[in-house]
Amino acid sequence: MQKPDLTIALAGNANVGKSVIFNQLTGLGQIIGNWPGKTVEKAEGLLVHHGKNIKVIDLPGIYSLSTYSQEELVSREYIALGHPEVVVNVIDATALERNLFFTLQLIEMEAPLVLAINLADIAKKKGININYNLLGEILGLPVVPTIATKGIGVHEIVDEALKIATNKMVIGKSKIRYGPEIEKCIKTLEQLLSVKKIGYPLRWTAIKLLEEDVEIQRIVEDIAPDVVKKAKDLSKEIEKIHKEPCATVISSERYATAARIVSEVQTYEQPHKPSRGELLDAISMHSFWGYIVLFLLMLAILGFISFFGGWLTESIENLFEQFNPNILGFWPELAWNGAVIGFYASLAVALGFILPFYIILGVLEDSGYLPKVAYLMDRPCHTMGLHGKAVMPLLVALGCNVPACAGCRILETDRDRFIALVLSTLVPCSARTVVILGLVGAFIGVEWAFALYIFDFLLIFLIGRTLNKILPGASVGIIMEMPPYRTPSVNVVLKQAWVRFKPFLLTAIPLIILGSVIVEAMRLTSTLSTISDFLSPLTVVWLGLPAFTGFLFIFGILRKEAALVLLITVAGTTDISSVMSPLQMVVFTLVIMIYVPCVATIAAMIRETGWKRALEITVFEIGLAILIGGVAFRLLNPFL
Amino acid sequence: MPKEQIEEYLETIYDIAGLKGKAKTTEIAERLKNAPASVTEVLQRMNRDGLVKYEPYQGASLTKKGENIVIRIKRKHRLLEVFLDKVLHLPREHIHNQACKMEHVINDETEQALCKTLGVPTKCPHGLPIPPCNINLKSCDECLSEDNPIHDERKQKLISITTLKPGKKGKIAFIRGGRHVVQRLCDLGLTNGTSVSLVREAPLKGPIEICVRGCKIVIGRGIAEKIFIQIEET
Repeated sequence: MQKPDLTIALAGNANVGKSVIFNQLTGLGQIIGNWPGKTVEKAEGLLVHHGKNIKVIDLPGIYSLSTYSQEELVSREYIALGHPEVVVNVIDATALERNLFFTLQLIEMEAPLVLAINLADIAKKKGININYNLLGEILGLPVVPTIATKGIGVHEIVDEALKIATNKMVIGKSKIRYGPEIEKCIKTLEQLLSVKKIGYPLRWTAIKLLEEDVEIQRIVEDIAPDVVKKAKDLSKEIEKIHKEPCATVISSERYATAARIVSEVQTYEQPHKPSRGELLDAISMHSFWGYIVLFLLMLAILGFISFFGGWLTESIENLFEQFNPNILGFWPELAWNGAVIGFYASLAVALGFILPFYIILGVLEDSGYLPKVAYLMDRPCHTMGLHGKAVMPLLVALGCNVPACAGCRILETDRDRFIALVLSTLVPCSARTVVILGLVGAFIGVEWAFALYIFDFLLIFLIGRTLNKILPGASVGIIMEMPPYRTPSVNVVLKQAWVRFKPFLLTAIPLIILGSVIVEAMRLTSTLSTISDFLSPLTVVWLGLPAFTGFLFIFGILRKEAALVLLITVAGTTDISSVMSPLQMVVFTLVIMIYVPCVATIAAMIRETGWKRALEITVFEIGLAILIGGVAFRLLNPFL
Repeated sequence: MPKEQIEEYLETIYDIAGLKGKAKTTEIAERLKNAPASVTEVLQRMNRDGLVKYEPYQGASLTKKGENIVIRIKRKHRLLEVFLDKVLHLPREHIHNQACKMEHVINDETEQALCKTLGVPTKCPHGLPIPPCNINLKSCDECLSEDNPIHDERKQKLISITTLKPGKKGKIAFIRGGRHVVQRLCDLGLTNGTSVSLVREAPLKGPIEICVRGCKIVIGRGIAEKIFIQIEET
């Protein structure tokens, strides 16, 4: 990769559209959605604009440059010490005051700023009119109104950024002035700090010391312990005058400045009727109907995918079976039963189950429904030692467990993150949905598939409760911004689904075809039984399953949906009922559902909690699956 | 009429009917183990003093004045319960009765000292919330950091934001809680004096949704209970 000519970083509150702008600029597929916290790591991409190579950095959304959360620390360190040539502060035009509170802090950090006022169209619809020129004049910064989802204004941002980077435009420095007593303290500290080398801007460091910011105190402590002490004394004095902690006083004054600016540049006309969003809120967040809507929605999604996936699998099989040459012999059988069946079965699974699931998940995410679920489920989550925000990674886990593991970082404490991580790996992801709906749903009945889902959710609930009891400490409460509903954009939803679906096409399908060929080869050479016999005490005796499932379980660690495809290979037809009884299907699916997260999820767990914890979770889940499978085999015998 | 008796009556009405409801004479009589006739007499007298609103056959409800006394007494009562439980380690079943007697005799200075010594508790041992004091301070830190004598009393009564009705507004007076949480709420725009409204609340003591500076924010019940507001007079 060429060395970039300059770097621009996108910073701002959560859920204002930074990732949308990032995707527009770089053409990359950073996951986006209408819920605060989906970007937990900074992402990088390249853009060529007027012959210049520009590196674009997408930072996680934050509300302040304090150190309440990991993301705030990450973003702050990057802005101050990563030295991006330009910081683009993306602002939600519908919440100007709160967004400017953050802008004022960026100005204090002396970041070279461009303001992108996003969601300009939605603000207008809400009756909010902003005088962009005046705002730019007051702040002394270039201001660009944008509608990121339509790409409007996005390239103007880069034009302005280039002007700043090439010094064609001088940024006026308008600093907020605090009350005289605070300004005096800042001056004193600035003077004391001016002889030291800190790396952060002086005035900003002084303010942070007065706010008693632990991270900055730690840094300055090494160089100038006396200054930290002095700052503590000064902030005590301010506390005495205002009868509030100094940090709160400073925040209040920042907000007062933000409010004053807003009153100058913004006019507001109350729309005549309550917006559609308010109406939807009233239903979807209702104390009773909210839960009914949630339940019916889940039911409808599973019902639809079950029906659609079943229909498509059958159609694709019929299509391919017309060409079945029906030749016997090692090579033709290997080619047809291994490669061709492996191919069309995985294609059916991909198009019938996984893709529609990703599209539906995209619609839910983009519409802003996820935070509503977090609100509804906050109370139930508390019995599992979590708060409502945990619901968002858990819902993402329905698509795939891997991003859910990283998504758990939106929770505030280690304890919460660990519990949520364990629970996310138990959520039936789209790959498990394939097995549940494609096997149990298709051959026994949708009601049995639903029963398995309900069982899994109960299991998650119980494990959550147990972890809450075992682990020391208690959960903190939820504090979360509630974004309004937005009409999902077809473009964004499809693109999003494609981003998630692509790795499946490129890596999973070849892997499954390979597995399918191996299984067929082993079946033809009668070696399949060697491996399977080794596991037969477990599979045959304890779980009551056919011996060949042993191999499927092992291969299923790579990809869980592979278990179904390979089952089709073993059966030689999509009619699996020829090799398994209904009871065996249920037990098999139960074990697949619980036994171990796939390799990709294990890798994600290692990244989040380290080897030891990841291993513990994996071993625990294998044991649990075997236990539950065996018990189910004995208990369900009379019913199936 | 002795102060103790008035306070007991006010508390009983509060226990039966809460801040707004009506308590029937018979119910009050039953709880206080008094004859209904004498209860009626006391209620009539309290009605004259502006402490309750008493309507024959309907019962009695608290007036603003009565309400303020009750909240004060409840605060003292629950603080005392924490003291008896946490410091003196009395058996749980004894603390309520003891606190019932002591609440009438301790003065404001003792009340403030109790609150400080116990580390600003928010709930009594039975899990009921302890109302905030009405000393004119902006945060608990101020009281903890200085050895202040009693401050001027607040002009207006403060209530927790969770007791607002959906759609109603108030101004943030102070937020009780750890520095971290207070700063977080402050960053989201909940600074003192900011106008907030309650949008809705989730069932079974779930979180609440509030509107502040044009943004909607969801806050868990535990944190929200510690946000105290002043009702805006319009």
